[in-house]
Amino acid sequence: MTAIDPTAHLTAEQIEELGRELDAIRDEVIADRGEKDAAYIRRVISVQRKLELVSRGVLLFSIFPPAWLIGTAGLSVAKIMDNMEIGHNILHGQWDWMRDPKIHSTTWEWDHVSPADQWKHSHNELHHTYTNVIGKDNDLGYGIMRVDEDQRWHPFHLGQPLWNFINACFFEYGIAAYDLELGKNLHKRRRKNPEFRARARAVGRKIRKQVLKDYVIHPLLSGPSFLTTLAATFTANLIRNLWTHSVIMCGHFPEGVQVFERRSIKGETRGQWYLRQMMGSANISGSKAMHFMTGNLSHQIEHHLFPDLPSNRYAEVAVKVRALFEKYELEYVTGPLPKQVFSAWYKVFRLSLPNKKPKVKKPDRGQELVAA
Amino acid sequence: MTSAALRSRAWKLLEMVTTPLLPSDYLDLVSPLRAGADLRGRIEAVHPETSDAATVVIRPGRGWRGHTAGQYVRIGIDVDGVRLWRAYSITSPTDRQDGRVTITVKAIPDGKVSNHLVHRTKPGTLIQLDQATGDFVLPETKPAKVLYLTAGSGITPVMGMLRDIEFDDVVLVHCAPRPQDVIFRDDLHELVADKKLRLIEVHTDTDGRLDIGRLDALVPDWAERQTWACGPAGLLDAAEEHWTRHGVPERLHTERFRPTIAAVGDGDGGEVTFSTTGRTVDADGTTPLLDVGEGAGVLMPSGCRMGICFGCVTPLKAGTVRDLRTGEITEAEPGVLIQTCVSAAAGPCDIER
Repeated sequence: MTAIDPTAHLTAEQIEELGRELDAIRDEVIADRGEKDAAYIRRVISVQRKLELVSRGVLLFSIFPPAWLIGTAGLSVAKIMDNMEIGHNILHGQWDWMRDPKIHSTTWEWDHVSPADQWKHSHNELHHTYTNVIGKDNDLGYGIMRVDEDQRWHPFHLGQPLWNFINACFFEYGIAAYDLELGKNLHKRRRKNPEFRARARAVGRKIRKQVLKDYVIHPLLSGPSFLTTLAATFTANLIRNLWTHSVIMCGHFPEGVQVFERRSIKGETRGQWYLRQMMGSANISGSKAMHFMTGNLSHQIEHHLFPDLPSNRYAEVAVKVRALFEKYELEYVTGPLPKQVFSAWYKVFRLSLPNKKPKVKKPDRGQELVAA
Repeated sequence: MTSAALRSRAWKLLEMVTTPLLPSDYLDLVSPLRAGADLRGRIEAVHPETSDAATVVIRPGRGWRGHTAGQYVRIGIDVDGVRLWRAYSITSPTDRQDGRVTITVKAIPDGKVSNHLVHRTKPGTLIQLDQATGDFVLPETKPAKVLYLTAGSGITPVMGMLRDIEFDDVVLVHCAPRPQDVIFRDDLHELVADKKLRLIEVHTDTDGRLDIGRLDALVPDWAERQTWACGPAGLLDAAEEHWTRHGVPERLHTERFRPTIAAVGDGDGGEVTFSTTGRTVDADGTTPLLDVGEGAGVLMPSGCRMGICFGCVTPLKAGTVRDLRTGEITEAEPGVLIQTCVSAAAGPCDIER
């Protein structure tokens, strides 16, 4: 827990009441979920597929610079749409209620080197259940970074701005390694575990397919545009990785986000679970286009409260959730993308060094929270 | 290399280009009814038959293999965004020139799909199709005398038969509350005018329900006829008993639209069968099926155990379950998956595990 608990003013009854109010918001959306929502995700999928087809078509002529620019931009957007608004949300089961086997969390596969089922385990199950619990939620710095004062410092962390930048550039590979728990599993004995080996082989297969498509088949089809198409797909993957990494850093790393100790979640009630999600997540403010391009993960707080509600509903849910934050005098951490990205990066830099003397830091932090 | 092998190579290459999707995912965007696609159909028109029944004209995809008169087809249609599957008898003749098929749907009270099809479906809607199936069909050799015994929407498979094959001597006994409730009434009277059919309408609002004993008076030679009967369970039960009592059960062919009606439980739980592992246990109405399965030693997929991660979804093969969070009841249907960590038995049910 942080030095001064920003939820200390709430009684146990209030926390359970908060939980009931959030349940009511959820029930309202579920009762109203229907044809319009289904039409929304179908339209997004259709637009994404057409955009990808057209962009790859244009890239066949990427030897001409304008074609390269248009094709690369289109493919970047298509890949971002695939990963964010479509893949991430479908794999959360947000659209399972449609009972369409083709748009279902059990059958969907995405343009990403981490196979869908492995990502569902590490993300949906571990991260969303144990959000921001030190030692349980590996998303907290992805096991390579220290993002909270309460995490132990190690000289390795001196390099974390660099690790974070490299991770941002190759984010999808970082995620795949993370889903495999590579750090833990590369120990000699664990490496031979047949279950780990099977999962590693699955990742290998997925990487092979993705790389073959982006860096061999598609450039070959472009003939004289071989090299420019290769550069275009590399650029599109890089842009997608940098974008998704930035958005995801904004979800839990900016200043003001709380982390939790392992023992604090023992016997956690539904109200307490909700409260932890509220205090452990941060939003990004911005336009509709901005929310769409982040896959509505700009509504990270709402997504963590209701990970299986259709993403197109988070914007309307956010109004009600924010009112609850105000009612219960809690800080709703949000801000424009540049501010949140800066805040998260600043933390990565700051915590690459050991903590300063606690005397100086702790009151500071408390004041900041009370003021909010 | 043969052309088939070439095609399969080309397809493999195409799959490499479209990975992780399949080429068909892209082709479906432009040509959902093409050969080789999952079987679908497009609704082209909806013609009202009575105040609560309509005929739906469907253009089936290229993979459609046709039907035999009397058969039914399962369709999957999205109602309020949720895909629901129902079976309907095909009412068009097998030799329809334009290749379209029709189903005729009677809106039943509270029927989600039937009301949607009769009152709200717009032409152009894409639906999922299965191939036609069912053994409520006529034999290859024509019987000399035929009796059709129907009630309500039970007329639909029989209409498919009447439009398809002509017999020398055919009688139809049809029950409906009032004359205006008789589906296909104009078509039936045309057949009568052309002397192709003898029709006995029983209007149950005025005549009362058909007493099967009255058949002797209505169709004196009923026992000599090959009979096809379709309608509510009460009528079919009575008919089966009547034909058996008179020693001619082999001349009666019946079609039941709803063979088993799922019993919605009262929240007291029920017997849960894990059909893959062959285990059966009693469950109360409050314990998640995930816990029930694990308690019985069944290997259950699981995840967050709180309804978030969808790591536990499993097919519900039969019966009903209740969502512990919302109280919502889910009935088994093909393709229905449930989250076992937040679902409890709402009656006897079968979990594919």
